[in-house]
Amino acid sequence: MGMIAPVTPKSWYLPSKPHKFCPGCGHGIVLKALGETIDELEIQDKVVFGCDIGCSLLAWNFFACDSTQTHHGRTTPVMVGIKRSRPELVTIGYMGDGGGYSIGSQHLLNSAVRNEKITLILVNNTNYGMTGGQMAPTTLPGQKTETSPYGRDPELTGYPTKGPEFIAELTPASAYVARATVAKYKQLKRFLRNALRNQMEGNGFSFVEVLSTCPTNWRTNAQQTWNFLEEEMEPYFPIGELKSPFGKGDK
Amino acid sequence: MGGARKFMAKIMEEPRKAFITGNEAVTWGALAAGAEIMFGYPITPQNEVMHYWTRLAPQYGKGFLQTEDELSAGFTVCGAVQGGKKAFTATAGPGNVLMQEPFGMAEAMRLPLFAVIQQRGGPSSGTVVYSQQEVTLTTFGGNGEGHRIVYSTASHQEIYDYTIKGFNTAWKYRFPTFLLGDGYQAKMREPLEMYNPEDRGIKMIETYPLIGLPGHIGDNREPQHLCNIYSLEEELYEVVMKVSAEYEKISPEIVEYEEKECENADIIILTHGVVSRAADDAVKALRAQGIKAGYFRPITLRPFPQKQLREAIAKSGAKKLLIAESAYGQLDRLTKQEIYGETIKIENLFMPGVGIIDYDIINKIKSIL
Repeated sequence: MGMIAPVTPKSWYLPSKPHKFCPGCGHGIVLKALGETIDELEIQDKVVFGCDIGCSLLAWNFFACDSTQTHHGRTTPVMVGIKRSRPELVTIGYMGDGGGYSIGSQHLLNSAVRNEKITLILVNNTNYGMTGGQMAPTTLPGQKTETSPYGRDPELTGYPTKGPEFIAELTPASAYVARATVAKYKQLKRFLRNALRNQMEGNGFSFVEVLSTCPTNWRTNAQQTWNFLEEEMEPYFPIGELKSPFGKGDK
Repeated sequence: MGGARKFMAKIMEEPRKAFITGNEAVTWGALAAGAEIMFGYPITPQNEVMHYWTRLAPQYGKGFLQTEDELSAGFTVCGAVQGGKKAFTATAGPGNVLMQEPFGMAEAMRLPLFAVIQQRGGPSSGTVVYSQQEVTLTTFGGNGEGHRIVYSTASHQEIYDYTIKGFNTAWKYRFPTFLLGDGYQAKMREPLEMYNPEDRGIKMIETYPLIGLPGHIGDNREPQHLCNIYSLEEELYEVVMKVSAEYEKISPEIVEYEEKECENADIIILTHGVVSRAADDAVKALRAQGIKAGYFRPITLRPFPQKQLREAIAKSGAKKLLIAESAYGQLDRLTKQEIYGETIKIENLFMPGVGIIDYDIINKIKSIL
């Protein structure tokens, strides 16, 4: 009885597969795109992959790349410390919306202002998944979570954080800032590639937010999950390159 | 870089007398120890460590980053040492509170982090001046088991010596290592001798990366996966028990203390850090007056020289132990847990956030003998 194994990126660490993310979670798509991009850029030996706490912690041994696990919100300064002391390495910080936009927002903001030569990938699934589905900075108005059970009320808790938009405002022209979605795989890969190239060329800060899915905490079936991503999230969080040293933005 | 090396050789080839502040002594000690990068955030009374480092570092090809806060300063150090670089930070008071998070990570991941703590008054913002109120925080802060090494210095010479030693301890044993000073030591000027560690037969430990290793993954090396969170109770239990056993095993090699006049004493004065200078003077004055006082000073607060203190108590025949500190009982609690079971009567002189001089100790002793 033969099974056809899917083609996996060379930079994936196979002993940790199948991965531990929930069925329908978008992390696997982001990490596949990232793995293929690492392969294409031939940087497996130079990458240091740092993951935050939250669902992103499950990626600690996802890659056959040197990897380190940090604290909730603190991946950015750890990556800054590595890059500042070992500029020849390609540092990739991997985090969720809570880690990046809430508890670690001062690190994100200030590393962007300093134009640190690091690449950060922030997966936005509009909630705190690992801790059981609480409201995140990115939770949409009216969206129900465990800590906004009657729906997020912007009067009480403000509007969802638009990360790439504020980071684009804070960074010089040599930075790379984009928002991708797991629904557009080729574009996601192109953005990740640009974000890594930008660091490798020593230009500046590189940031990609990726819209992603969380059927477990959204309590959605496959169709509802995809609908929420494409019909609810995308209109609020526009996809595209907000800042790119590689030419005109791709909307 | 060539010019920097020449400068280095010129300064350090032969020992040099200096009359400088403790913060400056930290900087020179770090340079002599081969520190490569500092991450820091302004807080009094450690600021001048950064001020001197930022002036000297470029001359030696060293790095510096002023981070957005102490969380970031601690975590950038965690990153840099993972990359194999000799990195350090310095902080105080509320900054020390924030740094407990990265210090905890350094404990958990066995990172060779070195930090200088110049204690200021607490709680909270307290004063910017002086205290010994960061003993509990520095020895047992964080949500862990206190797997740290803490040197409490008493002079600028010691600041210089233990800055060099602190880097070596951190890299040899891979436990986060602290130099615990205070605002007085930070800001006072005092003579000391600076030297190149190699000239004193001190071999500096070679650093090495934990990530970003040379070679090709899958070809001649494995990828490094540094783990910091566990799925199962049993996994964490095994890690903590292993680390605890290692810490206990190396503790006898690390413990340092100073003892004077304890062979025959009616009372032993126990102090640490700069207060031990007052204790030293007090013992001399008391002995001159015919009062048999002894002196015991833990240099390492973690691990604590508990065996040596118990021995000093036993051989002295002392009936009383006076614990004097510029805090409300932090050294006292630490000592009591370390020498549990001893029946010697413990007296206290607690002066939180203010200095203690020989006169304070002498008066206290006369009131209790």
